[in-house]
Amino acid sequence: MFSTKRLVSYAVLFMALLVVIAACAAPAAPAPAPAATAAPQAAAQKTYKDMTLCYPQLGAESDWRTANTASIKETAAKLGIKQLVFSDAQQKQENQISAMRACIQQGVDVIALPPVVEDGWEAVLTEAKNAKIPVIIVDRSVSADPSLYAAHIGSDMALEGKRAAAEMNKLLNNQGAILELSGTTGSGAAVGRAKGFREDLNSNIKILDSQTGNFTRAEAKPVMEAFLKKYKPGTDFQGIFIHNDDMGIGAIEALKAAGVKPGEIKIVSVDGTRGGFQAMIDGWFQADVECNPLLGPQVFEMALKLMNGQPVDKNVLTNETVYYPDKAQELLPTRQY
Amino acid sequence: MTENLSTAKGASESPASAQTMGRFRPPRVPLFKRVRESALFWPLAALALILVFDAFYAPSFFRIEIQDGHLYGNLIDVVNNAAPLMLVAIGMTLVIATGGIDLSVGAVIAISAAMGAVLINPALGNQLITNDILTRDATNTPLPLIVLADLAAGTLCGLWNGFLVSRGRIQPMVATLILMVAGRGIAQLITNGQIMTIYYTPYFWFGNGFILGLPVAIYIVVGVLILAWFVVRKTSIGLFIESVGLNAKSSYYTGINEKNVKLFAYTFCGFCGAIAGLILSSNLHSSDANNIGLNYELDAILAVVMGGTLMSGGRFSLVASAIGALVIWTFTITVYTVGVPANALLAAKAVLVLAVILLYSDYTRRLLNRFERTDRKTAPSTDVEQRV
Repeated sequence: MFSTKRLVSYAVLFMALLVVIAACAAPAAPAPAPAATAAPQAAAQKTYKDMTLCYPQLGAESDWRTANTASIKETAAKLGIKQLVFSDAQQKQENQISAMRACIQQGVDVIALPPVVEDGWEAVLTEAKNAKIPVIIVDRSVSADPSLYAAHIGSDMALEGKRAAAEMNKLLNNQGAILELSGTTGSGAAVGRAKGFREDLNSNIKILDSQTGNFTRAEAKPVMEAFLKKYKPGTDFQGIFIHNDDMGIGAIEALKAAGVKPGEIKIVSVDGTRGGFQAMIDGWFQADVECNPLLGPQVFEMALKLMNGQPVDKNVLTNETVYYPDKAQELLPTRQY
Repeated sequence: MTENLSTAKGASESPASAQTMGRFRPPRVPLFKRVRESALFWPLAALALILVFDAFYAPSFFRIEIQDGHLYGNLIDVVNNAAPLMLVAIGMTLVIATGGIDLSVGAVIAISAAMGAVLINPALGNQLITNDILTRDATNTPLPLIVLADLAAGTLCGLWNGFLVSRGRIQPMVATLILMVAGRGIAQLITNGQIMTIYYTPYFWFGNGFILGLPVAIYIVVGVLILAWFVVRKTSIGLFIESVGLNAKSSYYTGINEKNVKLFAYTFCGFCGAIAGLILSSNLHSSDANNIGLNYELDAILAVVMGGTLMSGGRFSLVASAIGALVIWTFTITVYTVGVPANALLAAKAVLVLAVILLYSDYTRRLLNRFERTDRKTAPSTDVEQRV
């Protein structure tokens, strides 16, 4: 009948197709052998026009991330690269890993990965290495063996923590007690900033309590509300160290509701987003440690070098500084994120 | 239980007289069991348990002060923070009672919040937001219109879900999954992928305002609760919802328009999600398409389950679900107050869920029944005496 006949014909067609594909694929494999001799010239000719870059963005949890996404996309468009494979992992490691696997299957030239947490990347990084796809770790760090990835571009989170600690020491005259709103538990940013901060914080300043706000306003606000019921602002604690500006904005809302006036509590935040600058102008933040999200140009420059087999620095730091309220009004219009 | 009762009766009286007695007096159910079978018992018990814990480990939890002319304290925070979840749980109760589920409420919250933020901020679409516009305490649209647009957006989402389920005959989980995934994308499109901060003061009233010392949000919840209660208990709609949840086919054969009953439930759930979005964005002074109302669908389902409504549909209690939502937030604030380390937060939440599920299991119910039965056996004489 119709079904069996059709089935058989489909099966035959399918088999034929497979053979054709295999035939096409087969010569492709030995191809690199003759190409290898011509490799230096061929590789040198590679430009941005040939580049397929995979960027499994970890999410859009903060203004910082939005700026980072914009930087990558804008730079890709400006350089006119062949294809940017961009995805949003909604702050889930498993989503990032599956996005990376898809990129490996697709055979992209370079993967640039902003890891959501530090641990658990060994397997997928090994897969990328076996597929000969260089991986650039962007922004946060990973705990995996450095031989598994090509390079790391990003901020030194511990250094940011140290800078924040220096500001806090100055603001509190090396004594008192503070609270800490930390980032996503286990993320390189939260771990590094907390560690660096504790190393350089004066031993006379006590960290009363620390809780995660997951880098978002929505989660930071109830945490701060609970803190304010537990500790009396001014008497029990004099300062707050906040791991990013968005959590800071959430915390300010809680402080306002508790009747705290700007400046009564010394706040040091990290990021330097427009929201953070506005908070400095309003008198809430006393210092904002910069963490630069505009990494697009650096990422693509390094990707091109890797494609052409040129050596790159294993660790590239971004240029960063600390901002203060006195310059905030003046600098705010120049902020791109 | 009833069998037990009749044998107890038979021991003292003839079966015939027992029957006539039964006509005048319904079979007596022990007080504890009557309380226990009440829909409100379990969520209230869970709430009491957490509060008792607080009384020992965080006594400051109960302190309420007056700050700038309104009440201020952990308990007020609980109520204010729980308000959006309570609203979503009320809507979710009706959907679950029809035997369905709505996974899209979190996305609906995001859409409603994005709608509000975009109508306030003059920057639309690809227009670049400059700082002087961004931080201005002004709005592009009058406030009533913003509220209406928020509510309309959410209700439309609910209507969409309702049509997919009732007319499209798509399984509720699949139908609402579409909006759950797409909804945040829609919200991102509305806000151009940015986190939009709101600087328009009157808008903050919904999430941060106070009436007579209590948060505005709680008045909104009570209002919606009364509205919902009136609609489902004072009209036959509640009965229809329960009957559709128990057996959609036989409801259809008795002449109940089960399609419209389902359409109503999903639309109402969308409406509740929209109000929740309004309150949340107002409370946080911003709209963040990716994170606002994140996991609210799961928390709402947990609240409904705590309220004793079965996931398979049928009998439901709106108030019990609302208390379930309160339990979740009382727990969250307690965890912050007691100072559970950040890396143990999720584990602590898991313990709560596990405890609730165990309390609701058939096994616990049977255990409690057995406990009562042995109680009766030891004192059967008093029981009979009372009856005579």
